[in-house]
Amino acid sequence: MRIVVVGASLAGLRAAQALRSAGHAGELVVVGDERRRPYTRPPLSKQLLAGAHTVEQCDLPCDGLEATWRLGAAATGLDRAGRRLLLADGDALAYDRLIVATGCRARRWRGPGAELAGLHTLRDVDDALALRRELERGSPRVAVVGAGFVGAEVAATARGLGLDVTLIDVAPHPLLPLGPLLGERCARLHRDHGVALRLATGVRGFRGSGGGAGTGAAAAGAGAADGAAAGAAGRERVAAVVLEDGGEVAADVVVVALGAIPNSEWLAGSGLTLDPGVVCDATLTSVDDPDVLCAGDATSWPHPLADGATVRVEHWTNAAEQGAAAARNALAPAAERTPYVAAPYFWSDQYDVKIQAVGLPGRAERIELVEQSPAGDRLVAVGVRDGRAIAAIAFNAARRLAWYRRRLADPPACDELLAAVAADPSALGAPSGVGS
Amino acid sequence: MKVHVDMNLCQAHGECVFAAPDVFTLHDDDTLEWVEEVGEERRAEVEQAAQACPMMAIRLEG
Repeated sequence: MRIVVVGASLAGLRAAQALRSAGHAGELVVVGDERRRPYTRPPLSKQLLAGAHTVEQCDLPCDGLEATWRLGAAATGLDRAGRRLLLADGDALAYDRLIVATGCRARRWRGPGAELAGLHTLRDVDDALALRRELERGSPRVAVVGAGFVGAEVAATARGLGLDVTLIDVAPHPLLPLGPLLGERCARLHRDHGVALRLATGVRGFRGSGGGAGTGAAAAGAGAADGAAAGAAGRERVAAVVLEDGGEVAADVVVVALGAIPNSEWLAGSGLTLDPGVVCDATLTSVDDPDVLCAGDATSWPHPLADGATVRVEHWTNAAEQGAAAARNALAPAAERTPYVAAPYFWSDQYDVKIQAVGLPGRAERIELVEQSPAGDRLVAVGVRDGRAIAAIAFNAARRLAWYRRRLADPPACDELLAAVAADPSALGAPSGVGS
Repeated sequence: MKVHVDMNLCQAHGECVFAAPDVFTLHDDDTLEWVEEVGEERRAEVEQAAQACPMMAIRLEG
């Protein structure tokens, strides 16, 4: 049997490894549009961006895989009738099973000022290195548009480098899926570290340094435009973020952190259902084709914590686990495949706070603080929907989160969970002023 | 089989605790303790713990 894995990041790598450890001795091809071997992305907004890690330290070990690597080869289409994956270089790869793990890309700014030099997104190693070069040049003023996990981490990293940072979001607080209570804590954390916050404020666009393209304004800016190509093109450099209220935030470097888009357009003509993730059943098998399975950020699959509605999860652990789960199912006949049901886990490191969460906090109707250390620096909150706990979020409380994680596998009634917390001697303590 | 954890890398994600609860434990202060020598019967779960570690801090020997 010949198995093709399309996508050479974490989900694709874990799929390939699991195929081999589950005994697949046949052909295995891993296709990736980047030229690099698989690497881990969480350090890109933190250690790699700060210069504390090298690119090599981000590499994921992939020794002994005995796979054929097709790197730098983007997938452009799928011929399901002929069971062939079509590549940008004109090649077509035959498969018996296909595992789609093409992930996401950063959403780019398309509005006014999109052409300016100094605008960055952060998704891959090259993005991180390009941003790092600009952060290291002089002392640029940094504006981060979007206070989700990537934006908040980039703001913390840039602040850690001693730069002036403004964090901007249309939402009233950072980390929208974690709700107002924890979002406010995150806002306070950034303020305490000297980040300027502009919240509940949309962005109208970006203003250049004034002279227009080719006037030499770019070269005179805080850091010359991004490399020789941009210099040759004479691109004007960003000077400010223009807010919807008419205000401006002066900036030499802008990081646009407006979320991610699944890389699924290449499947548009394939007949697979896209939402825009590839719609799968609980076993990560495409609802349209038993020979196509999916893993990672571009996968939509029904989740018990969402009452069977499809969810799409853009986190490290989900990509790793789904890669392995899709691989095991790819080797089984359709009737013998097993559902993938894990409660999603994710984390974010900002300054000295480790935020960890399990479940689906974004679907919660409310987020309630349930444990807090006397000093207030460690806490756990739960996300509640229809009376059930469907998420738990911890600040600096890893061991406690593991306790919740075990229980969320079968989402408990919130009352039962709170009673169990009250009876647990290892809980951090009752939060003061809950409900006030 | 020997289990090594690079504590310079460990960030207390607890993925290993979840994958192999009899081998890895988090203390109250979120520091990790682990069994350094484990039997063959635990190989699968310890390998899973190593793969699950987002920091790639776990190395197995033997």
